[in-house]
Amino acid sequence: MIDYSEKIKEISKRLLEEGRVDIVIGFKKGTVPMMNEPCLVKSSGEVEKFVWDSNCGINLANYLTGRNEKTGIVAKGCDSRNIVTHIIENKIKREQLYIIGVPCKGMIDKHRVAAMFDGEIKVVDEKDAKIIIKGENFEKTLDKESILQSNCSICIHRNPVLNDELVADPVEEQRDVDRYEDVRKIETMKPQEKWQYFEDMLKPCIRCYACRNACPLCYCPTCFVDEHRPQWVGKSQDPTDLRTFHFLRAYHCAGRCTDCGACERACPVGIPVRQFTKKLEKDCLELFNWEAGMSLDVRPPLDTFRPDDPDDFIK
Amino acid sequence: MKIFKVDKQDWVAGVEKLFTAYRLVGPVNEGQFHNFKKLNKGELPDFNFLNTRLSAKSLVHSQTEAMFEYSLDENKENHHIMVDVKKDYSSQAVIGIRPCDAKAFLLVKRNFDTSQYRDPYWIRAYESLTLVGLACHNPCSSCFCTTSGCGPFHEEGLDVLLVDTDDYYLAKILTDKGKNFLIASGWDTETDADGGDQKIEIMKKAAEEKITVLINTDKLKAKETIALYDAEFWEEVAFSCINCGTCTYVCPTCWCFDIQDETRGKSGIRMRNWDSCMFPLFTLHGSGHNPRGKKVQRVRQRFMHKLKYYVEKYDNGIQCVGCGRCVNLCPVNIDIRRVCELMNAYDPQLECPA
Repeated sequence: MIDYSEKIKEISKRLLEEGRVDIVIGFKKGTVPMMNEPCLVKSSGEVEKFVWDSNCGINLANYLTGRNEKTGIVAKGCDSRNIVTHIIENKIKREQLYIIGVPCKGMIDKHRVAAMFDGEIKVVDEKDAKIIIKGENFEKTLDKESILQSNCSICIHRNPVLNDELVADPVEEQRDVDRYEDVRKIETMKPQEKWQYFEDMLKPCIRCYACRNACPLCYCPTCFVDEHRPQWVGKSQDPTDLRTFHFLRAYHCAGRCTDCGACERACPVGIPVRQFTKKLEKDCLELFNWEAGMSLDVRPPLDTFRPDDPDDFIK
Repeated sequence: MKIFKVDKQDWVAGVEKLFTAYRLVGPVNEGQFHNFKKLNKGELPDFNFLNTRLSAKSLVHSQTEAMFEYSLDENKENHHIMVDVKKDYSSQAVIGIRPCDAKAFLLVKRNFDTSQYRDPYWIRAYESLTLVGLACHNPCSSCFCTTSGCGPFHEEGLDVLLVDTDDYYLAKILTDKGKNFLIASGWDTETDADGGDQKIEIMKKAAEEKITVLINTDKLKAKETIALYDAEFWEEVAFSCINCGTCTYVCPTCWCFDIQDETRGKSGIRMRNWDSCMFPLFTLHGSGHNPRGKKVQRVRQRFMHKLKYYVEKYDNGIQCVGCGRCVNLCPVNIDIRRVCELMNAYDPQLECPA
């Protein structure tokens, strides 16, 4: 990871000095364990800030919306797929970007790790594939693989799909991954059980919209829940309004979600919001053989019509 | 102030008795974290936590609160008239609130209970509470209460301070409400005043020493507001912000709300919901103009309110108790301690040499 950080600094410095880009978007070291902060660098003198480790779970494609400078951006596999999505949705131009690709072996699930220990975690270090966790009265070394964000442990596109330069050789992709075990489990539930499952899941929601705002797909100038003329959705903690927000948000991600996990990572109350988007992702794969953000040349299934589109759902 | 000794073997019986005098609220393990919940008979507050995920503010200011109800049915006598919603303001005891959350109520009170305006909902709910604080032996590394006018054993705002000594609890009575709480519990073993006090002092010192993060707030008040407002660092501070409401919703001192009417059929309610200065809708005018239309303006507002406007208006410290929730839960790691440092140290002359 130290190599990655150094390489990111080196590339960014070169790009800024050569005038290839005006800014570079990457991560800087966070102030609390298991957190890094997205940051923007404008001059080669600032590149020392940049860091890369297993705590870069926020999706940086989120920071491209509305930018008009020549932009360098550090991108792991999922970020790169969301950059592709931004490009095909005309949010940014390919020519504007210099993508510094990071082959990725996954990010640590900070919520799960925090819940594993009784006391406060004070320091989290990593060495090779091991994560060392230290608190006041404990120290434990864990395999990184065992504490990955759940989207990372089932990720099959760890290498950037689109990049101008890689910081390291590609990593081996995970094969024979069952991505939808959890979705199938929900699919087999009876309607009432399903309802209860989602009700329980959403119970802790405080409607802070961190899931929405951490998502690179949610760039609407005004989100439907913020629309007030007319006001589509109530603003209270009424369960119907809460559900409406979550269900509609998920549908807006259909065929676009790359399962980057930023939503779950951002949630302050631990709601597994990917349970919604994953079902839609699975449907898009099964119905249209579609995975979001893999190519600049193919239009997404929901903005194209093909005569052979499946229509079994029309009764 | 009297200090009582509560043997742990008498704890359950005491809590049981308290149910007859109060509605009880306490920290409850909700799986990944603790939150305040109403306790049902037989339930005990669970003290195996560092701090609750959400603050205690919803006990007086719930996220959604009905204020009035109304009917549009013209056959009804009171149609088109807003009627108070009936609520239970009977005595409520909160067992296990951290001193920072209790102090936070006092900061918020300066806004909801003034000589000019008194918020009836907030005040009635607040006055119904008896706050039984749980001293903090293991402050987190994100806690900075000692430099935010608070502390792990801080007593201001509490009615009783409960200190866990491992073998037993020491309960320090701080107010008349606290005295009544102890009477209702039946815990009546007074300690020799000096002994208990001394013990608490020693543990207090040990806890305070664990807080290594200090923030400087001394220069905030004297800073020129406009200069701070125009400071260059806001762009950098705001860059990573995703404008969610996490920081404001988990904050014990953020008090903003939005009033909404919701009608269903012929009846409706007027309610207030938490609002957040991070949301674009927060300041959107009816005309369509938004004076805080940009992210950087909203981020600046949050910090300027807590660390400058509040300081100026009330001259009684910052609008923060140092609980560290926003530090830990911000999805992108915007750290109020760092921003406070930037603000406190800001010198416009250094930024723009003449």
